[in-house]
Amino acid sequence: MSGGRLILGVETSCDETAVAVVRDGRQILSSSVASQIETHSPYGGVVPELAGRKHLENLVTVLQSALRKSAVKPSDLDAVAITSSPGLLGALLVGTTFAKSLSMGWSLPLIEVNHLYAHALSIFLDNRRPRFPFLALVASGGHSSLFEVLSPRELNQIGRTRDDAPGEVMDKIAKFLGLGYPGGPVIDRLAAQGDPEAIAFPRGLQRDPSFDFSFSGLKTSVVNHVLGSGAIGGRLADHQAPPLEKTALRDLAASFQEAVVDSLVSKTLRAARDRGFRTVVVSGGVAANSRLRKKMADQGRSEGIRALFPSPRLCTDNAAMIAGAAYHLLKSGEFSDYSFRPSPRMKTG
Amino acid sequence: MKRSTAKTYNSSAPEETAGIARRLAKGLSPGSVVALVGPLGSGKTVFVKGMAEALGLPAATATSPTFSIINEYEGDPPLYHIDLYRLEHAEEIAELGLHEYFDAAGIVAVEWAERASGLLPEGTITVTLERTGGGGRKITVSRT
Repeated sequence: MSGGRLILGVETSCDETAVAVVRDGRQILSSSVASQIETHSPYGGVVPELAGRKHLENLVTVLQSALRKSAVKPSDLDAVAITSSPGLLGALLVGTTFAKSLSMGWSLPLIEVNHLYAHALSIFLDNRRPRFPFLALVASGGHSSLFEVLSPRELNQIGRTRDDAPGEVMDKIAKFLGLGYPGGPVIDRLAAQGDPEAIAFPRGLQRDPSFDFSFSGLKTSVVNHVLGSGAIGGRLADHQAPPLEKTALRDLAASFQEAVVDSLVSKTLRAARDRGFRTVVVSGGVAANSRLRKKMADQGRSEGIRALFPSPRLCTDNAAMIAGAAYHLLKSGEFSDYSFRPSPRMKTG
Repeated sequence: MKRSTAKTYNSSAPEETAGIARRLAKGLSPGSVVALVGPLGSGKTVFVKGMAEALGLPAATATSPTFSIINEYEGDPPLYHIDLYRLEHAEEIAELGLHEYFDAAGIVAVEWAERASGLLPEGTITVTLERTGGGGRKITVSRT
C-alpha cells in the first residue's frame, strides 16, 4: 500500500452491520454493509434483540468483505474505530466487544466514535471540504440534532428533538397507513405524485425560540386526519388506518412529508442565520429524502446559505463515516482504553 | 379477590394531559410502575414528560424511547422510560430484562404496555388514553 493512515471502522449501533477501511479520513477503500431491513421488515421496525444477534452473525463476514475489497491486510492498519454511542445498547455491545478484540489481537490503537458526530462529518468522505465552522443537521430514525461543527473534534449540540425523531414518525405513519417498513422511501415515492398543500399539517415548535424540533404533534394530526374526530379506544386493532383511495393517500403522504421537511428546513436555516453559518451539512437517513434535499438547497440558496448533502450511501448508517471521524482523533492521539462502556443515549452537556 | 380502583379524567389539550401526569407522579414512590396504554398519537410520551417534571426534571428531558427502547432519566428518584412499540413478540419483550427496572429504586413508565401485560408487577398503575370526539382524551388511571 502507498502511504497514508489506514483506519478500519466498525458500526453496529442500529440496523446495519458495517465495516469499512478509509485512508486519511477521506478516501474510502472499502465500505461493506449488511442491512437487517429484510430481517426486520415483518415486524415493522428494528427489533433490538434480533439486532444484537444479527450483528454477531454478520460481523466476521462483513469484516472479511471489507478487508478483501480494500486489499488491506490487518498489518497495514493504523487503528480500529468503533461507534460507542448513541444507539441500541445490545447492538453497541456486540460491536464494541468485537472492535476491542480486533484492537487487542492486531495490537492496534482503538478509537471510540460518536455516531452522530460521524454523520455530521461524513461529507468529507465525498471529497467535499466545507470550511470550519459549519452547521450540521443529523436527521434519522433515532435522531434529529443540530450541531455547530467548530472543528472535526469539537461539535456543539444546539438543538435536538423533544419527542420523536423525523425518521421515526415517517416509520410510524407508514406503518399506520399499512405501507411497510422502512417508511421514508415509500413516503418519498408516494409524495412525489401528491399535493403537498392538500392538507395543512402543523409544523412543530416553529415559534419557539430554541433550535429544538418536535414531530409528535404532527403524528397525532395525521392520525386524527385519517380517523376523523371520532372516539378511538386503546385496543391494538384500532391502530391501523382504513384503506385509502390512491389520490387521497398520495396527497396525505405529500402533505405529511412537507410538514416534516418544513420543520427541518426552517429550524436549520434559522439556526444558520442566527449563528452566522453560511454552510449547512445535512446527513443521516432522512437526508436521503428527495424533498428535503431540494427544499433545503432552494431555500438556503435564496438566503445565501449553501446546503451540502453527503451521497445517499453515506447518509444511511455505514462504517466509512466512523473511520473518517476517527482519523481526526488518531491525528491528535486520542485513543480509548478498553474500559469504556457503550452508551445508548447522546450525552448532553 | 383483588380490589381495583379506577379514576377517570378528561383532557382537552397536551398541557392538561401533562398536568394529570404531574399530579399522579407526585404520589408515586420508588418502585412504582406506570403502564401506558393508548393508540398512536394519544399522548403517552406527553404523559411521561409530565411525570418527569414532577420528579424535578425539565419536560424536554423525556423524549420518545421508540428508537432506544429504554431511556433513563436521572431524577430523584430516577425515571425509567420504556417503549415497547417495536417489540411485537412476547419472547423479545421477555428477553429485555424489564424486571431489573421494576426492581430498581426508580419509577418506571412503560409505553405500549399491553404488550408486556403478563410481565408487569402486581400493583402496576395502568393509564389508558382514549380519543374522545373533538380531539380530547379520556384518561383512566386504574390500580390493581
